[in-house]
Amino acid sequence: MTSNERAATLLRGMLRIRRLEEKLIHLAEDKTLIRAHYHLYVGQEAAGTGACSALRRDDLVFTTHRNHGHVIAKGGDPFRVIAEIIGRRDGYLGGRGGTFHVAAPEIGIPHTSAIVGGSLPIAAGTAWAAKLGRSDRVTVVFFGDGVMEEGVFYETLNIAQLWRLPILFYMENNSVTPEERPGRGSPTSSHAAKALSDIPRAFGIDTTILDGTRVDRVARAVGGLVARLRAGEGPLFVESRTTRWPGNYGSFPRLPGGDTEIGWAWDQAAPVEEVREWHAKSDPILLWARECERAGTLSRDAIVTIDREVREEIEKAAAAALASPPPDPRAVLENAYA
Amino acid sequence: MPERVISFAQAIAEAVEGIMEEDPRLQLIGARFTGHTKSARVMDPIMERYADRISWPPISEIAYCGIAIGAAITGVRSVVEMSTATFSYEAIPQIVNEAAIVHANSDGRVCAPVVFHVLYGIRGAGAAQHSGSPQGWYWSAPGLQVAMPATPADMKGLLRYAALRSSGPTVLLDHQRLMEGFGPVPEGPFEIPFGQASVEREGDDATIVAASIQVQRALEAADVLYRDHGIAVEVVNLRTLQPLDHATIARSVKKTGRVVVTDESPEDAGVASVLAGIVASEMFDSLRAPVKRVGVLPVPVPYAKTMEDFVTPRVERIVAAAREVVGR
Repeated sequence: MTSNERAATLLRGMLRIRRLEEKLIHLAEDKTLIRAHYHLYVGQEAAGTGACSALRRDDLVFTTHRNHGHVIAKGGDPFRVIAEIIGRRDGYLGGRGGTFHVAAPEIGIPHTSAIVGGSLPIAAGTAWAAKLGRSDRVTVVFFGDGVMEEGVFYETLNIAQLWRLPILFYMENNSVTPEERPGRGSPTSSHAAKALSDIPRAFGIDTTILDGTRVDRVARAVGGLVARLRAGEGPLFVESRTTRWPGNYGSFPRLPGGDTEIGWAWDQAAPVEEVREWHAKSDPILLWARECERAGTLSRDAIVTIDREVREEIEKAAAAALASPPPDPRAVLENAYA
Repeated sequence: MPERVISFAQAIAEAVEGIMEEDPRLQLIGARFTGHTKSARVMDPIMERYADRISWPPISEIAYCGIAIGAAITGVRSVVEMSTATFSYEAIPQIVNEAAIVHANSDGRVCAPVVFHVLYGIRGAGAAQHSGSPQGWYWSAPGLQVAMPATPADMKGLLRYAALRSSGPTVLLDHQRLMEGFGPVPEGPFEIPFGQASVEREGDDATIVAASIQVQRALEAADVLYRDHGIAVEVVNLRTLQPLDHATIARSVKKTGRVVVTDESPEDAGVASVLAGIVASEMFDSLRAPVKRVGVLPVPVPYAKTMEDFVTPRVERIVAAAREVVGR
C-alpha cells in the first residue's frame, strides 16, 4: 500500500466510526430506537482503527460496552452494527445484544462482555487456545483504564504472563489531558498507582505507552507488537492515551457544536468554544487530516471526498437498519441452551 | 455376565481417562476431582499420563474459568476442576454472566462447551465456607446446564456427555461423601444424555424426587420405610436439574400421588422448593397430599458435628417426610 492509500484507508476507517456514532446520537432522540444509555468511541477512533489495521481477519478482538468503534475497525458492516444497536433482526446478534454487546463472530469478535473486565480472561482463553493449537493468530483485548480497578485484571495478567499467551492487552486511557499524553504518569482519581503502566511492568510484561490520538503511530506500533506476539513473545501491554471528547461525559452522549466538520482541520477557529480546544489538540481525525495535508499524502479535496463518501455510506447503512424489522419475539426462546 | 462394581471415585478416573483419550485437544484445568478423600490417589496415573494437557493455574478462579470459556469459544474444550464448590463463587461473573449467555447472546452462533466441576455440600467439618450447595443458583442462570450424578455409572456417563457431546456450558456438582460409594458401571465408553432421569427403585405409595447424594439417602430411607412401616416408595434420580426430565417425574407422581422432594441445598429458595413448585403447578391433578420438601435447614452450615448433622437432610428426615405424605 502506498503512503497515500494508507493515509486514505486510515482516515476512512476513523471517519466510518465517527459518522456512525454521530448518526447514533441523532437516532437516540427517538427513545424507541436506542432505549437506554450507550457509550461512544468518539475521540478514540485512532486507537481502534490503528490497532485493527495491524490485524488479520482471523485474529481475535475483544471489546467492551464501548464497542462500536472496535467492531467497525475490525471490519464490521455499519448496517449490521446499527441494526444491532437499535435492536433489529439484521443486527449481528439478531437484536439480542444491543449497544452493550455488539459482536461479530464472522470477523473475529465472538463475544462482547459489557461488564467491566468481563472480556479479559475470555480473551486470554482464545489466546491460550491459539497457543495450544500452535496457531499464530493473536488476540487483542481492548479495555478502559477502569478495568485496572477490577480484581480479574490482576488474575488475568498473572496467568497470561505465566503461560506466555499471545495476547495484546490494549488499555485505552481516555482521561488524559493533551499535555499528559506523552508523560510517564497516568493519574486517575480512583487508582493508587501513579502510573498505570507500572502495573503490567510489575508482572514483567513488556509495556508500550502510545498517544492514542495518532493513528499512524498506533498502527505502526501495534504492527510491531503483533509481529512479536506471532513470534511467541506475548503477552504484551499497551497504554493508549486519549483525551475525552466533551460530548462524552455522563451516560447520554451529546453533540456539542454539532456533527464534526472536516473543514475544521484547516479552519481551527470554526468549532464552537466548548469543543474548539479538543478539536485542535485531541481529535484524532482532524489531527490525521491536518497531518496528511501537511505531508502531501492527501489533498483537501481528497479528504473532503472521503468524508462525503463515508457520510453517504453511513446514511445508507442507517436507512437499511431502520428498514430492518424487529425480531420475532418468540425467537428469543431459541438458543438459550446450546 | 456378572456386573462390574467400582467406586464413584474410580468412575471419575475412568471417565476422565476416557474423555482425554477420545478428544486429543481436550484440556484439564486442575485434575484432582475427588477432594480430600481416601480415593484421592485414583487420579495419579491420569495426572501422569496426561501431564501435558493438564494446567495447574494460580488461585485465580475468575480468570481460569474465563480462560476456559475463551478457549471453548474457539474450539478447545476443557474440564475445569474447581475442587470445593464455594471456590466457584469467586468465578460467578464468568460462569453466570459470560459462559451462560454466550450462546443465546450470539443468536446461537457461538458455543462455550466448558465443564465446571465442583464438590458441593456438607462433606463433614467444612463449616460455613466449605459446605456450600450452589446448584440452585446455577440452575437459575439460563444457559447453564446443571448435572448432579448420584451413582458411579451416572458420573461416568454424565461427565462424558458434558465434556464431549454437549455444546453448552455445564456445572457438574459432585458430592465428596459419594466418593467411596460403589455401584455397577459398564466398562468402556458410554454417555448419559442430559435430561434423562432414572427410576432407581419402584414403589406405589409415594415418590421421592432427588439428585446426587439425596438419591442414596432416599434409597436408604426407602429400605427403612418398607421394613418398618410397610411403605413402598419410588425413587426418581434426576441426574440433571437443567435440563429437567419433567416426564419421568410426572409419570411417577401420577402413579403414587404423594411426593417428597429432597436436595442438599437450602430448603427455602433451593432446589427442593423449585421442584415442589413444578410438581404442584404441573402435576396438581395427580396429587393426593401436599408436597413435602427436605433440604438443608436455612442457616450457614455449622462446624460442630451435632449441629452439622441436625441441618443435613438426613435419612431420618426423608423417612419422616414420606410417612407424613403417606399418612402412616
